[in-house]
Amino acid sequence: MIVLVLVLGALVLVGAVIIVRARRRPRRPAPAVARAPMPEVLVTQATPRPTIDQVAPTSFADRLSTSRGVFERVRAVTSAGVLSAEQLGLVEEVLLRSDVGVATTNEVLEQLKNDGAVDGLALTLRRLLLSYLGSSRTAHTQAEAGRVAVWLFVGVNGVGKTTSIGKLAHRFVSEGQSVVLAAGDTFRAAAADQLEQWAIKTGSDVVRSSEGADPGSVVHDALGRASARGADIVLADTAGRRANSTNLLDELAKVRRVADRAPGQVVETLLVLDATTGQNAVSQAREFLAAASVTGIILTKLDGTARGGIVVAIERELGIPVKFVGVGEGVEDLVAFDPEAFVASLLDA
Amino acid sequence: MFDALTERLERLSSSLRSRGRLSEADLDEALGDVRSALLEADVELGVVRAFLDAVRTRLDGEVVNQSLTPGQQVIKAVHEQLVEVLGSTPLKITYASRPPTVVLLAGLQGAGKTTTAAKLASWFKQQGRQPLLVAADLQRPAAVEQLRVLGSQIGVDVFSHASDPVDVARRGVEEATRLGRDVVIIDTAGRLSIDEPLMREVRSISDATSPQYTFLVIDSVTGQDAVATARTFHETLELSGIIVTKLDYDARGGAVLSVRGVVGRPVVFASTGEKLSDFDLFYPERMASRILGMGDVLSLIEQAERTMDREVVAESASRLMSGTFTLDDFMAQLNQVRKMGSLGGLMKLMPGVTKEMRSAAANVDDGELNRVEAIIRSMTPHERRDPQIIDGSRRTRIARGSGTTVNAVNQLLKQFTEMRKMMRQMAGGGTPALPGGMGRMASLAARANAQRSETMPEGFEALAAGMKSATPPTRSGGKSKKKKGGRVTPPKQR
Ligand SMILES: Nc1nc2c(ncn2[C@@H]2O[C@H](COP(=O)(O)OP(=O)(O)OP(=O)(O)O)[C@@H](O)[C@H]2O)c(=O)[nH]1
Ligand SMILES: [Mg+2]
Repeated sequence: MIVLVLVLGALVLVGAVIIVRARRRPRRPAPAVARAPMPEVLVTQATPRPTIDQVAPTSFADRLSTSRGVFERVRAVTSAGVLSAEQLGLVEEVLLRSDVGVATTNEVLEQLKNDGAVDGLALTLRRLLLSYLGSSRTAHTQAEAGRVAVWLFVGVNGVGKTTSIGKLAHRFVSEGQSVVLAAGDTFRAAAADQLEQWAIKTGSDVVRSSEGADPGSVVHDALGRASARGADIVLADTAGRRANSTNLLDELAKVRRVADRAPGQVVETLLVLDATTGQNAVSQAREFLAAASVTGIILTKLDGTARGGIVVAIERELGIPVKFVGVGEGVEDLVAFDPEAFVASLLDA
Repeated sequence: MFDALTERLERLSSSLRSRGRLSEADLDEALGDVRSALLEADVELGVVRAFLDAVRTRLDGEVVNQSLTPGQQVIKAVHEQLVEVLGSTPLKITYASRPPTVVLLAGLQGAGKTTTAAKLASWFKQQGRQPLLVAADLQRPAAVEQLRVLGSQIGVDVFSHASDPVDVARRGVEEATRLGRDVVIIDTAGRLSIDEPLMREVRSISDATSPQYTFLVIDSVTGQDAVATARTFHETLELSGIIVTKLDYDARGGAVLSVRGVVGRPVVFASTGEKLSDFDLFYPERMASRILGMGDVLSLIEQAERTMDREVVAESASRLMSGTFTLDDFMAQLNQVRKMGSLGGLMKLMPGVTKEMRSAAANVDDGELNRVEAIIRSMTPHERRDPQIIDGSRRTRIARGSGTTVNAVNQLLKQFTEMRKMMRQMAGGGTPALPGGMGRMASLAARANAQRSETMPEGFEALAAGMKSATPPTRSGGKSKKKKGGRVTPPKQR
């Protein structure tokens, strides 16, 4: 019934606007304003089309030189003690460009300003960032006796949930475990087909239903199949969903409850985040944490140019640890998250 | 966030008011706030810098506007600059004189290309064209199947076959010619800008099909990386424009500005949901407001003017203010609002609406509105005029008549009474209990109404001016004037 409040709110606004407009005198002549020229950011001319063998290498080298430059300078700062505004500016640039975000960046800068850089800027910065990444990253695979362990995969559209399931299935199967995949994305076209192909590729079992079916019942069936066959783990896919819809999040919470009911037990709920995502990742994490009790993050697409620094802010603010990272599209392209290496890549980029 | 920004700028303005002019130091402070806001909206650092320079230049030349506080003046300049950058050099879709017109979609993995391909096909269909979809994403499992399903939903054929992407694309265009289709939309696999083999491949697809339009599909939640990605794709494919997706998320979408700034090509389409109909041309004003976190009053007004019956709205709005608002009025308003489109969509345009309200509105479906309507329709005219008389037995009757529960009827009545009380307070000058901007707007309207004044309430003007963008900015001086230093390609060496 919140609708009522909303509708009234809407009509108050619209009514107000219309009343005001109706009463409005003819618009005053615009004040004489000196306009700025078109911003220089704009590149209005077409870039000449390069020949094909000029294409990628140039931009790759470009990218490296651009970002290397800044950090080279950070590293060059070895003097202990008080940092200059320019040095702090360099740090700010490195962090912001990695998507660490304004709040976390400011906190780091504040600390640097107060404490100085005792062991040189690069080391101090590393230490500071690592201090945000202190949570335990154990990935739990054991359910209570008599129940089947379930890993539930959640996240917004297109981040790499299904692919990550494929990769993890491969990992479990090659460790000799038996895996059942639950095609809980019954919404997106051909989502179950996609998961089925991963099942075939990795030698796992898959339970699916038709498009539009209830995701809860797919998960339920998968649990039944898994416990009947004595499988070790169920990896449950879910439809990608935006994080600002209570309906969609409620639906997810429901799927999670089903997965957590005997014979199943959810031992990990993994939020899949795309490394290219900026500040919105924080609100994604917050919403999915509230709706589905997320226990860890899989950070995908780290093989690209994006740094994924936002996970630092997420762990700082919400305490959700990254457990795995995706580094490609193949079955092997998933590795355990290593904070040291990650921080190094943020800074070294 | 923008609430914080406006507040900060407003606070800044109150200390400046007496002086009535922005000093260099004030401007620094104000632009510092704007900088944080843009960075939090994911605008790329280099683009932020270039953008702030432009705003500063704009403000330097600005004659002090008496009706605006300095803070408002900064907001206005920022907003106008955003609209200018986002909206310049718009792209008009024209068709090849020798059909088919080929459209190539490219982008990172997971950006939304496949869904966009289908939406675009449906858009072209609405334009009276006969599109053919070509599924050249042979990389991701079941991508072809996904496009086939979507194609069948919109009644557009999908061409693909198991060979290599370049071959599929080339043959897709031939197929379109053979079938007499006038538009071909090629969906390609997602690829990273540093994946050289795949970047060459997409370039080969482009070479083989000579597309009239090459669009980069970019996710609205993208962070700083948007620039690196867009630049490489542009260098590889010479983009003609950008399609931004997932605008139904609550991200500010600063990446749109980054990309626009770097490749200098317009954003042409915007995708706003999972349904195939959630797709439209891109409106720079809306995006500008969104990046700053303001609702887009202008679009709201336009939409209202297009669809609503002014008399009906004005009448019941004024009754609302005077506290004589009835359930009849409510229903009339409900219908007006419904005509304008989804509540969620409306809420997005509204300033000062909290995130909770927005997501609540996004969840209101037609069923819920129908229920409310059914309840009211089950009341007698007398009951609608005076809900106080609705006692227990009447409630039971209404619930039965509307196929709802007594509980639902109770809730509706309770909230209605509360709203009415709130509105009366507002009209009486009490503190509005509505969130920020909305309450402010409401009390403004109330005041305007109470005084029957001829002038537009102060503040509203400013608000409108700050967002005014339908009227093209007046220019003085050469518009092609170049700033020293020549063209900036933002991210380099900044
Ligand atoms: N380069 C790269 N691509 C990835 C990675 N993980 C996933 N992808 C790609 O990202 C795209 C989307 O992945 P999906 O697994 O379909 O994502 P999803 O979250 O299941 O998507 P929806 O079900 O549509 O919400 C696919 O093209 C994947 O191949 C990664 O670590 N690196
Ligand atoms: Mg999926």
